[in-house]
Amino acid sequence: MTEVPGIAEALAFREGDRGDLVLRGASVLDPVAGIDAPHDVVIRDGRIAELAAPGAADAGDAEVVDAEGLHAFPAFFDPHVHLRTPGREDEEDVETGTRAAAAGGYCGILAMANTEPTVSTAADVEALRERARTEASVPAGFLATVTGGMRGEELTEMAELRDAGAAGFSDDGLPVRSARVLRRALQYQRLCGGVIALHEEDPELSGDGVMHEGPVSAALGLTGIPSVSESTMIARDAALAGYEEARIHVQHLSARESVAAIAAAREAGVSVSCEATPHHLCLTDEAVRTLDASRFKMNPPLRSEDDRQALLAGLRDGTIDCVATDHAPHSADEKEVPFEQAAMGVTGLETAFSALYTDLVLPGVLELGLVVEKLGAGAPLFDLARPSLAPGGEANVVLCDLETEWTVGEDGYESRSRNSWCAGRTLRGRVLVTVAAGQVAYRQRNFALGVAS
Amino acid sequence: MKHLLSIEQLGRAEIEAILERAESFAEVGRRDIKKVPTLRGRTIVSLFYESSTRTSSSFELAAKRLSADLVSVKSAGSSVDKGESLKDTVATLSAYDPAAIVIRHPYAGAAQLVAGWTDASVVNAGDGKHEHPSQALLDLFTLRRRVGSLEGKRIWIVGDVLHSRVARSNLIAFQEMGASVTLCGPPTLIPRGVEELGCDVSYTLDGLGDADVVYALRMQRERMKDSFVPSIREYAARYQIDSRRLGPRQLLMHPGPVNRGVELSGDVIDSPQSLIAEQVESGLVVRMAILYELLAGSGRPRPVGDGELPPAPAPIGQPA
Repeated sequence: MTEVPGIAEALAFREGDRGDLVLRGASVLDPVAGIDAPHDVVIRDGRIAELAAPGAADAGDAEVVDAEGLHAFPAFFDPHVHLRTPGREDEEDVETGTRAAAAGGYCGILAMANTEPTVSTAADVEALRERARTEASVPAGFLATVTGGMRGEELTEMAELRDAGAAGFSDDGLPVRSARVLRRALQYQRLCGGVIALHEEDPELSGDGVMHEGPVSAALGLTGIPSVSESTMIARDAALAGYEEARIHVQHLSARESVAAIAAAREAGVSVSCEATPHHLCLTDEAVRTLDASRFKMNPPLRSEDDRQALLAGLRDGTIDCVATDHAPHSADEKEVPFEQAAMGVTGLETAFSALYTDLVLPGVLELGLVVEKLGAGAPLFDLARPSLAPGGEANVVLCDLETEWTVGEDGYESRSRNSWCAGRTLRGRVLVTVAAGQVAYRQRNFALGVAS
Repeated sequence: MKHLLSIEQLGRAEIEAILERAESFAEVGRRDIKKVPTLRGRTIVSLFYESSTRTSSSFELAAKRLSADLVSVKSAGSSVDKGESLKDTVATLSAYDPAAIVIRHPYAGAAQLVAGWTDASVVNAGDGKHEHPSQALLDLFTLRRRVGSLEGKRIWIVGDVLHSRVARSNLIAFQEMGASVTLCGPPTLIPRGVEELGCDVSYTLDGLGDADVVYALRMQRERMKDSFVPSIREYAARYQIDSRRLGPRQLLMHPGPVNRGVELSGDVIDSPQSLIAEQVESGLVVRMAILYELLAGSGRPRPVGDGELPPAPAPIGQPA
């Protein structure tokens, strides 16, 4: 077993000044490292140099942040982001997307390959990594498509793509419709490695559906997407992965049946991981009654309260490995149209933590520690070191104020798009500072660093 | 009431106010001069993104009977045809400062969106498979004239419920007025979970005899392409309302246009139990009442409780 590389090592970002920093007296919580106490967090040369007793650290020349009453967590990692470049830079690009990630407390992201054109050749991956080296505020990795142009017909040059730095493979946005083609990709994984991330949906069952099939779709006269459209494909692909002893990652779980399909696959010994999004954990199809496509239309769709409860249970019992945002920026033109015509997808990087904290931690549905853990758990699923506050490691830290309230969108967005599922909502808890790969990637505008001594 | 976007938004009192207003316009319709000056100098835009005969013609005639200036835009041959977005089209038409925009659109929620983009009152004349509130109101008006109160009446809506905005609006409207509703059709054409709207569901016509009113829906011939039904022949054999299945004391309704020999047999269409012709007649006065309530009725005391209505406006050419 080779050692797992750090995020900064494996992913591409704009290298800058590694200003030394001391977070004085922060409440430090890193459930994986077993840390839950106030400390001075000392960041030196891009690493966590020391966790000292509150007030005890010698700051030296370092910038000091009065972090008393604030919380420091390992920064988050998002394995499911759409940066929209190449092709739709009017919606997002590497610079704005990673800025949004930094503002949400993320120290690393993985970008999906369903761009226009798709990321399907080694040159595509190299060009994106080069761009990230000049523009990315936080380390960014790029997946390549499983099939050329996502046509579902022939495999991409997966081995060469891996050599060029592809962080994994996905035709996200579409399922790999053919079991034969997916089987070949899973076989080929033995040669080249790289997790294959799957958007699970049977297009025959989804048809032209635009929301979850159930009483709400019946009341609205909208064509439904049945839950089994997702779960039957998960069952099929898990069986293929088991047969080929391959590794798959199932994206954006939305339905109770899907959680059961993952649990059954694990039980059968299949190497499968999976993710759920904050919007599926916080919302149900009741929100669609507003017919607000900008906030509530995405694929997979928001499902029933029973499905949401199954996702929460799956997160608690470990069936669901991590939280991923499926940050999907869209232009206003694609959203300011009737629901059925609107593009699918919502942005989520800037609000993920605050939304989970407000909707699930504060009411006592989920423990804060569990949310922090699941927001960082995407990294190891893609063979990257998990962000940690344990001394000696790469400094990936997020500093949050859990008392402050803010209204989403009030001061605009770091993302180039505005289709946030939280738009207009008042949330509790805000990211003040994000340190990614040892660099300050974000500081909240009204929060001055270096004022304390 | 600023807009009419759905039946769901209306309470029973608001529905009754519109129906009573329609009665007063029915009285105007029996005069020689059928036009009233109520909306003189005001502009109504009729914006139809789908073909329609009954709805567009009756809304347009209603606007003219109320003396409004009418701008009629059909998607074919307009800038809509040239790829203009709905938002831009509404902005363009809003430059005429219309008092109302009547919109028919193939997608759910279009009227609601338009209401957010214009100062005009917006009337939903059908949005996708979602709602068709003016149809439900004219059906209530027609039924009420024949049977009086709908309280306790049993109504069966039969056919392609899945694709029908009329079924959705009428289900809500009939229940709001106190009737109980059974939706009947092949399982492939009944939306999953619809019984949570408070109705019964039946996959056969067994029990149809209990119905006071049978409301048949249009069955489109192309439904067999998506395997919703094996064949139109089998559909007709199971679900067609004919003189054998329709009892002598049962009333028959249909939103039109009828596929003769599919959902209805020819003999029941022309039978005395059929209200289909009256539905068309009601369309005009109910749509006059809707435009009146939205554009001239605001600020007046609602005729709730005492049932007192302002007198019908005097026809043009007669002293008020």
